[in-house]
Amino acid sequence: MTDLFGIPLPALLSQLLLGLVNGSFYAMLSLGLAVIFGLLNIINFAHGALYMMGAFLAWMGLEYLGLNYWVMLLLAPLVVGVLGIFIERLLLQWLYKLDHIYSLLLTFGITLVLEGIFRSFYGSSGQQYAVPDALQGATNLGFMVLPNYRAWVVVASITVCLAVWALIEKTSLGATLRAGTENPKLVQAFGINVPRMITLTYAGGVALAAFAGVLAAPILQVTALMGSNLIIVVFAVVVIGGMGSILGSILTGLGLGVIEGLTKVFYPEASSTVVFVVMAIVLLVRPAGLFGKEK
Amino acid sequence: MTHTFKRLALASLTLCAATAGLPGTAQAQISGDVVKIGFITDMSSVYADIDGAGGVEAIRMAIADMKGMVAGKKIELIYADHQNKADVAANKAREWIDTQGLDLLIGGTNSGASLAMAKIAAEKKKPFMVIGAGSARLTNEDCTPYTIHYAYDTVALANGTGNAVVKSGGKSWYFLTADYAFGASLQADTATAVQKAGGTVVGSVKHPLNASDFSSFLLQAQGSKAQVLGLANAGGDTINAIKAANEFGVTKTMKMAGLLMFINDIHSLGLKTTEGMYLTDSWYWNQTPEARTWSRRFYEKMKRMPSSLQAADYSAAMHYLKAVEATKTDDADKVIAQMKTNKVNDFYAKNGEIGPDGRHRHDMFLMQVKSQKESTEPWDYYNLVQTIPGIEAFTKLADSKCSLVKK
Repeated sequence: MTDLFGIPLPALLSQLLLGLVNGSFYAMLSLGLAVIFGLLNIINFAHGALYMMGAFLAWMGLEYLGLNYWVMLLLAPLVVGVLGIFIERLLLQWLYKLDHIYSLLLTFGITLVLEGIFRSFYGSSGQQYAVPDALQGATNLGFMVLPNYRAWVVVASITVCLAVWALIEKTSLGATLRAGTENPKLVQAFGINVPRMITLTYAGGVALAAFAGVLAAPILQVTALMGSNLIIVVFAVVVIGGMGSILGSILTGLGLGVIEGLTKVFYPEASSTVVFVVMAIVLLVRPAGLFGKEK
Repeated sequence: MTHTFKRLALASLTLCAATAGLPGTAQAQISGDVVKIGFITDMSSVYADIDGAGGVEAIRMAIADMKGMVAGKKIELIYADHQNKADVAANKAREWIDTQGLDLLIGGTNSGASLAMAKIAAEKKKPFMVIGAGSARLTNEDCTPYTIHYAYDTVALANGTGNAVVKSGGKSWYFLTADYAFGASLQADTATAVQKAGGTVVGSVKHPLNASDFSSFLLQAQGSKAQVLGLANAGGDTINAIKAANEFGVTKTMKMAGLLMFINDIHSLGLKTTEGMYLTDSWYWNQTPEARTWSRRFYEKMKRMPSSLQAADYSAAMHYLKAVEATKTDDADKVIAQMKTNKVNDFYAKNGEIGPDGRHRHDMFLMQVKSQKESTEPWDYYNLVQTIPGIEAFTKLADSKCSLVKK
């Protein structure tokens, strides 16, 4: 058998692939954060809680209403998006003129409230969500057996990420969005409703988090704290990619998933910290992040 | 000037209050005319389901069964959430003992928190009954005359599962271990039990605490070709590891052995995912008619069946209250002596004995998770594989590292 650094090649390949699966989640979550940061200039700490809500909505849809996975994959992001509209209109919009720290504290508070609600209703050991029938089973790739559902996660998230990227970079709507980021006053002078655009961007960003949550539900136990476990890493991903960079956050998300996967083979104990080590190095060398521009 | 006066007045008031709370006046055998039980556990985080609010309810049931009175005085319960922080637990314990006239401290989940509280209880000479924490240190290196470790410990879990699984044919083991003190000691204790029973340990992988993705670690485990995968972790980590093991087909080639699992974990994972798993527990709600009766009462209140910890919460509080009733005092030394000389006999434990090291030795049970077909009602999850006598399950007195044990 071929070896690479003392690790059999098939083992290495399988870890790379698994890293890509995890990277897909990082990419989707950090993309939402980057879009929100780009336009609203706020750090949305509630992102993890809204991801958790997405997973819970999927579970609740099946448990109480009999709605299957595919329906909830569309419905959960919509519901969370609407919630996002309320959060932005009722709470966040008053804070844009203030220091970043206020919106950060507010969204952190929202996280605590949401997590508290779900924990008090559903306890802490979580709910079980089954893999949808169409994606049951696994495929033998030769070097590893890949569960079909994991393959679907990669495909779905990369598709969504690319769609969002195309929407922002390649359409006229996206052009207005980007212009709004640069100079909101001027864009408003052209008769474009910038506050509404901001609201919808926030809704879109958090809907992405909910989408990721539904994707995660069959893999992870659905618990109130599932977002908190992930969100810190995702923040590091955003910092590494560069705040507000769309393509940057997608590529960094996938890339760091792979780096983390490799660390799990070579030195498993460090797998939870490797992302932060990379972050520290990137901040030293390129303070604006790999894809960010100095302002 | 008035400010200084106020402060002085306050200080003297506090002093008065403190002395009033002191036990020892000849007539009053029950300090403060009330028997106060304090319960500190994880009420809101990862371990809240296995103990938490259900634990509070269990202790309330014990008080209700005493009709709220012991030795002619009222019984009171106070409780707090330690948020899995040892310093919060220790501060709360100290505050209650100093200002609330606490008579018994019951410690819930989290070994770090319990080790910290044990020090405070010993310093203040108050009985401390540990239920949810698993570290065997509590009655070995860190034993005190005031600590009673009631429900289970890592040694008992390791002896139960490690030994029995090897005897049922699972000779070679691979460990998936949470990378902190508890995980390491659980792995070490189990590895010893496995080797003693004639098994081998082929390897292990350490994962960070609260790791959300276990697929990489499981592939490494699968690559080891061991027969048994020992899960030396707890709570959400165990649950996510088992889920991923099913997804990647690891369960087809390896037997899973959960080293610290509670019925709530099985409940939330479902039988389809956990079928055939081995685990050791100190009690199961469906094991005897008495246990069933009590559990149905608990179910009425909490809408779920009690875990072994919640049953132990009741049993411990009851054992204490009976000792107070018998001695007619809440004096810590007298009550503890009474608890140690009288065996525990209730729906939780039969002939349980509390040794000089503070270890409550009672039977432990090796369980195997039922298949969906075998399970006839909700929460009907276990088949009893083997009863492990207390004397074999826990550290033997002769092997104890506790300085209080005379050898």
